[in-house]
Amino acid sequence: MSGHSTYQPKNRIVRWVEERLPIFSLMEGQFISFPTPKNLNYWWTFGMILSVMLVIQLVTGIVLVMHFTPHEDLAFASIEHIMRNVNYGWLIRYMHANGGAFFFLAVYIHIFRGLYYGSYKSPREILWILGVIIYLLMMATGFMGYVLPWGQMSFWAATVITNLFSAIPFVGEAVVTWLWGGFAVDNPTLQRFFSLHYLLPFAIAAVVALHVWALHVVGQNNPSGIEPKSTKDTVPFTPYATIKDSFVTVVFLLAYLWFVFYMPNYMGHADNYIPADPLKTPAHIVPEWYYLPFYAILRAIPDKLGGVVAMFAAIIVLFFLPWLDTSKVRSATYRPLFRLFFWILVAVCILLGWLGAKPAEGIYVTLARIGTAYYFAHFLIILPLLGLFEKPKPLPASISDAVLAKHGGAGAATEAVAAAEKRG
Amino acid sequence: MSTIANDEPSRRDFLYIATGAVGAVGVGFAAWPFIHQMNPDASALALASIEVDVGDIEEGQSIIVKWRGKPIFIRNRTAEEIEAAKTVDLAELIDPAARNPNLGSDADASDANRAAEGNEALVVMIGICTHLGCVPIGEAGEYGGWFCPCHGSHYDTSGRIRKGPAPENLYVPPYAFISDTTIKIG
Amino acid sequence: MKHTVVSALTGIVAAVGLTIASAAVTPAAAAGGAHRPVEQWWSFAGPFGTYDRAQLQRGFKVFKEVCAGCHGLQFVAFRNLGEPGGPEFSEAEVKAIAAEYTVVDGPDAEGEMFEREAKPADLWPSPFANVEAAAAANGGAAPPDFSLLAKARAVERGFPWFVLDWFTTYQEAGPDYIYALLTGYEEAPDGVEVGDGLYYNPYFLGGTAIAMAPPIDDEMVDYTDGTPMTLEHYARDVTAFMMWAAEPKLEERKRIGMATMLYVLAFAGLLFVAKKKVWSDVDH
Repeated sequence: MSGHSTYQPKNRIVRWVEERLPIFSLMEGQFISFPTPKNLNYWWTFGMILSVMLVIQLVTGIVLVMHFTPHEDLAFASIEHIMRNVNYGWLIRYMHANGGAFFFLAVYIHIFRGLYYGSYKSPREILWILGVIIYLLMMATGFMGYVLPWGQMSFWAATVITNLFSAIPFVGEAVVTWLWGGFAVDNPTLQRFFSLHYLLPFAIAAVVALHVWALHVVGQNNPSGIEPKSTKDTVPFTPYATIKDSFVTVVFLLAYLWFVFYMPNYMGHADNYIPADPLKTPAHIVPEWYYLPFYAILRAIPDKLGGVVAMFAAIIVLFFLPWLDTSKVRSATYRPLFRLFFWILVAVCILLGWLGAKPAEGIYVTLARIGTAYYFAHFLIILPLLGLFEKPKPLPASISDAVLAKHGGAGAATEAVAAAEKRG
Repeated sequence: MSTIANDEPSRRDFLYIATGAVGAVGVGFAAWPFIHQMNPDASALALASIEVDVGDIEEGQSIIVKWRGKPIFIRNRTAEEIEAAKTVDLAELIDPAARNPNLGSDADASDANRAAEGNEALVVMIGICTHLGCVPIGEAGEYGGWFCPCHGSHYDTSGRIRKGPAPENLYVPPYAFISDTTIKIG
Repeated sequence: MKHTVVSALTGIVAAVGLTIASAAVTPAAAAGGAHRPVEQWWSFAGPFGTYDRAQLQRGFKVFKEVCAGCHGLQFVAFRNLGEPGGPEFSEAEVKAIAAEYTVVDGPDAEGEMFEREAKPADLWPSPFANVEAAAAANGGAAPPDFSLLAKARAVERGFPWFVLDWFTTYQEAGPDYIYALLTGYEEAPDGVEVGDGLYYNPYFLGGTAIAMAPPIDDEMVDYTDGTPMTLEHYARDVTAFMMWAAEPKLEERKRIGMATMLYVLAFAGLLFVAKKKVWSDVDH
């Protein structure tokens, strides 16, 4: 890891431990004196927010397992038991259900921040790839968690999503039967999803640890996309980043709690308060909102295998992003054309999300096809070509110069000097 | 200028300490639901009392009912058993307390304080050994009362500990007669 | 820089506008629901919402005398009727209500199941032995259980309502739907075929014809507190009761929510000031 700590413990006990396990200097080096670019904006606080959300999901989830029964005859009733009888059970369950949605909201902001500022570019490729792995694990975990209440949406989401694998040539049917442990989604499916839903979050936590490790090796990217050149460009992680991250995390929690307390069922679907019925599909089934863009891509392709392949490809393509973007410049701040295409991509993803919630008919399908085509074009055509043809704006020499430029160019520079002198 | 410079750090420190303290208080409050959820839930509390018909128990017979997940021994004792329990010298007892929440906490372990009020033949006790929670066997042991097979505690016909590692007499649950033959436990 | 942001935003607005336009030209996609339910005023709506005890007690009466013959309440126990945040019947009243019902218990010492008077701790007994029996007795359509129905029914909100709802905390789609359905029976318009044993109701989500005959009408249940004995009042009261049955912790949730939100808001304010202080000596 970068930046060996010069930390010297004063306390005798701390020193005794330190000589045998240098955990204090590790923490000091990574989370206190760790050099952080001083120009990070609020979009850089989502790492902390995601960590907090992961902890909330783990804690509430472990508690829910104390009262939940993973059995087809009892799962639905045990959720109601949690909601009605367990002390604060309603609070813990609503925190977990909405926590999943807000976890995804935060991860999407985190991903798009990375896209905008080119945080996936050398030397941060592995950091980025680990992030995509976390995202994939989150999707699997969220899906299996949604199945556990064993309501109508749970059951039919499980049916539809597992049936995606039936598109695999030759072995598809066998794979799906294996996933189900039967000839339809049934009790064995519920029990294995429960087991995996409990396991995967710990896998996520492990990959998060790798993600943070990789981050601390290469250091944080920043809005200018220029590596820090001197200590003038950085501030220590604590207190600067800690306090800023804490503030935004609490603001984020405010929005999260608004939903937990005042509209806890907004993110869910009414049909999931109907117990699962294998004989009756709800008229209009939709996945949770955070899967909707991919659901739209799935339905945009008029071929079963093609749709499934396109859906998975939409995520797989992210793994190759560091090599698809050919531009040497990281930050969209200095890439006017890229910035335009970035915002179009954001709009297309929102559009696809909206279409995913609409029935697959008429104009919706047409729009979904246009959106899908654009999504892939962005990564496979626009980004590779943009690096070759786009003329980036001149880059500042350092982060400090970028900060001065942001505050009004040369004039601000002198003001800043004056201000610094006044303080001194 | 210098006064401001001196002032500034203390005001800062206060702000940081206040922020940290408010955060710590919040974490404390937030922890409570996660602790309290492990306490008995509303459905368990609702079942906290049961009604048992004790009129049909023949002399010398016992029944075992379940209350709050624990066995309750209800025995209609024979005259000899009552006599044996009554003649014990209270000074000999390992545990001199009645262990009967229906009486005051200073009640002694006389048989009258152990048996049901107004029905000296009837004893109602929680069938859990006060040593480490096993269920004693009825009409067994050196005193003809109950015997715990786990670690060899002997209880007499009044459910008092007489020999072995258990420190206290078998507990009497809170109960009362709600009719001549029906008791409500809990 | 500003220029491209503006053009990008224009692009987003255009995309959203396009989708709204396309939504407007597409007729209601979901099956049934020819009419949208009208939003009603409910005492339990909004961040400060609470249940109206008298209304819940009246609603319970309507449920007991009219609905309970066919509809169950499987997740609600008699004791819930006396708990805080609900109809808050007295302990004696709850016992008396429970005693009117029998539940199956057992096995007894002979190994036989037996019937006994219900106690407050018992769950509401189902009017039918199982779903199949319920369907067979009701022309093939099993009457749905009431314990979660107020959360299990909703008409899709659509844009822009689903965004505005974030701020209004609208969570009453279920009650609005149930009220609309109960008061929405009417003569089938010309040209609409209504099958045998079905009744025309333009609010019904599962098509326009519902298997439930109009269940209540004026003067069917005696109110003793002077509330007018009309279909509208019955529908409103029983809907409120169903909302409580589905969400019995609503009052506790909103009360704790307000305290929590105020605390978090204050904490965020403190953190913001502290953050300002920390960063005041860095040009960033």
